[in-house]
Amino acid sequence: MRAWTNPLRDERDKRLPRIAGPCGLVIFGVTGDLSRKKLMPAIYDLANRGLLPPGFSLVGFARRDWADEDFGQIVYDAVKQHARTPFRQEVWDRLAEGVRFVQGSFDDDEAFDNLAATVKELDVVRGTGGNHAFYLSIPPGAFPVVTKQLARSGLADQTATDQWRRVVIEKPFGHDLASAKELNAIVNDVFPEESVFRIDHYLGKETVQNMLALRFANQLFEPIWNANYVDHVQITMAEDIGLGGRAGYYDGIGAARDVIQNHLLQLLALTAMEEPVSFHPGDLRAEKIKVLSATKPIGPFNETTARGQYTGGWQGGQKVPGLLEEEGFAKDSTTETFAAITLGVDTRRWAGVPFYLRTGKRLGRRVTEIAVIFKRAPHLPFDDTATEELGQNALVVRVQPDEGVTLRFGSKVPSTTMEVRDVTMDFSYGHSFTEASPEAYERLILDMLLGEPSLFPVNEEVELSWEILDPILKHWRSSGKPEPYPAGTWGPVSADKMLGRSGRNWRRP
Amino acid sequence: MIIDMPSTTTSQVNAKLVQLREQGGVTTLGRVLTLVIVTDDGQKTEGAIEAANAASREHPCRVIVVARGAKRAAARLDAQVRIGGDAGASEVIVLRLYGPLAEQGASCVVPMLLPDAPVVAWWPSEAPPSPAEDPIGRLAHRRITDSAAEKNPIKALEQRRKSYVEGDTDLAWTRLTLWRGLLASALDLPPYERVSDVVVTGEADSPSTELLAAWLAVSLKASVQRKKATQGEGIVSVRLERRSGALTLERPDGKVGTLEQPGQPARRVALQRRSVQDCLTEELRRLDPDEIYEMTLKGLDKLNKGRSAANGAKTASAARRAPRKAPARKPKAAAAKGSS
Repeated sequence: MRAWTNPLRDERDKRLPRIAGPCGLVIFGVTGDLSRKKLMPAIYDLANRGLLPPGFSLVGFARRDWADEDFGQIVYDAVKQHARTPFRQEVWDRLAEGVRFVQGSFDDDEAFDNLAATVKELDVVRGTGGNHAFYLSIPPGAFPVVTKQLARSGLADQTATDQWRRVVIEKPFGHDLASAKELNAIVNDVFPEESVFRIDHYLGKETVQNMLALRFANQLFEPIWNANYVDHVQITMAEDIGLGGRAGYYDGIGAARDVIQNHLLQLLALTAMEEPVSFHPGDLRAEKIKVLSATKPIGPFNETTARGQYTGGWQGGQKVPGLLEEEGFAKDSTTETFAAITLGVDTRRWAGVPFYLRTGKRLGRRVTEIAVIFKRAPHLPFDDTATEELGQNALVVRVQPDEGVTLRFGSKVPSTTMEVRDVTMDFSYGHSFTEASPEAYERLILDMLLGEPSLFPVNEEVELSWEILDPILKHWRSSGKPEPYPAGTWGPVSADKMLGRSGRNWRRP
Repeated sequence: MIIDMPSTTTSQVNAKLVQLREQGGVTTLGRVLTLVIVTDDGQKTEGAIEAANAASREHPCRVIVVARGAKRAAARLDAQVRIGGDAGASEVIVLRLYGPLAEQGASCVVPMLLPDAPVVAWWPSEAPPSPAEDPIGRLAHRRITDSAAEKNPIKALEQRRKSYVEGDTDLAWTRLTLWRGLLASALDLPPYERVSDVVVTGEADSPSTELLAAWLAVSLKASVQRKKATQGEGIVSVRLERRSGALTLERPDGKVGTLEQPGQPARRVALQRRSVQDCLTEELRRLDPDEIYEMTLKGLDKLNKGRSAANGAKTASAARRAPRKAPARKPKAAAAKGSS
């Protein structure tokens, strides 16, 4: 390869947008919710921001008997309804020129040959240049047959050195270590690891990326970001919705596999990792892998973990069914809808600091946050009565909603006597601010098309995450049923006990 | 909410802001910058405020509008405070200055600035000849002008070049970003060949076209010819000559661009003219000096401005006519409201 430096690129030129090179995107499972609500709108938003290459093409693959126009209409409706940026006819017209649909099922050789022909034709007509990404928005069970078909029909082959083929997959990345390895093997059999992009949409969120800025761009926080000052860390992802209609996906999977294995452990990695040498994908990944490999579950699990299942009740002014009454779940389902675990990070920085991770459905409200709780001041030169109401200092990164950072500290109550009470100092991206910032999927799809892998967890991270979680899942399998908790509360009693044992409390987020 | 405060002082306005904050919660915390809009009191003022409100959705800011009213009147300050739904994610303070006060805008702005936060000054229409030496410009870390909105855009651009100080920027430059992005991305790909000659065509009085040509001249170190288009809006086409053939990006209708390269199908791309609000949002994203803009301004004299226009025959007359067709600039003002 000749070394080519583009004379029009200058690293000081921060305005210049990163526009993907000529390429096309093939989506499997276009009829799904994710595809309609997130992927297609994100693609339009990218086009509207001028970040997609001229000639970009979008191919849908599904069993429906649709013509290109029918599919175009589906994309149009999805864009009109869900896109973030305003609708512009001229942008849509250009995008619509590149929309194709291929009908068929995953085991249908002919359909994949059609797909291959369509993709080839796009190279000629639209100039996609042989660069194609395949977005597998389908159940993992279908991965083997689809990847085999991609290989068989020649779609997965890179025919020239300057072309690329990439595959995008969504969680779940397996249901335990063994299945994750199997899945990785299936995908890697056809696509080399560097062309596999695993989407964890949390990593596309501004606040999560801001975690890196907060920690490594400031002098203020890093000196206290260790076991000398931090008492413990709580990472919470709570949802207020139930699982109505999602039985097929969720039953037998449960909260820990669905959320902790990917989102929460990634958040933990970003919170706990050492400073990367640089923000190059490789360096960032090295630190994440390092910290994940030092992370271990803390036992005994019947005291350090909790799991629950929501029961029916009143939540937010509505009567909601319990999990066992939701359609599609077995009456004796042991699928947990709430999971809380305790992890330790065995490094000098974090020795002795427990990381509490919890997630659940039908909890008090929808919130995701990382709370770093600091130790109490070693000496308080006040009367006992003065500091009765003083809690522990905390730094809370609010990931969603209402993205921002809260700092909690003691302050004197205005009156004649000395009395100290907790107050909060708030940084908020502002509710209107987030309106304009790009959706996680926009960022991730663009990064994938650009071949920029920083925000995508690799094989090794996935496997390490399972190694952390597997012992807990194994323990749960052999220890009866999850504990019931009423919808709209913050989880089962065992969750409170699990922290109560060491004199700590869950924050009410 | 809009609160009018006729014939007032800045301390009264400040007191009002504090009072509003106590009544309505923390509406004025978390602002990342102060945007000072300097304009004449008139119809255009409202358009500029609208653009600023929209931009504030990405950059929460305090907007101070300095509207200079009649100079012959008695000295008076009329203030208007807008918060909540009438101000996007910002709070807007409109200061209407009359009489001798109209020339003393800075004195009214200073007490209104947010502590510690950077200050951006924006002249949506006529800018002072040397923004950095203007009393309000001196307060600002960044000074945004818009040469396309001036009476003689090309002359205005020349003036910018002469008076450039770090922190200056011009919306004519911001309007180029999509073009520059597309061209740079095209050169990211093979064939990796040197560009020998460049032709940039655009409206005779389009400062963006001038800047695009200068940018290409400086970064490609190629000879660049700037041609005047007989039709089309703003920038019309760019042609980069390479050994294997020419790469062209054309936008005849101001909406859709076509990228052509030898041996490859023509690719069409939406390349609409950007609204002021879009440009302002991009400008507020960075507060450090823009070296590339500086480099480009300095390269303006490298252009080879041939007398002949792009489409042959009618050329000379078209070029002569062009600067005078001021009414044709109207659509740009409309675009300020967001050409979405």
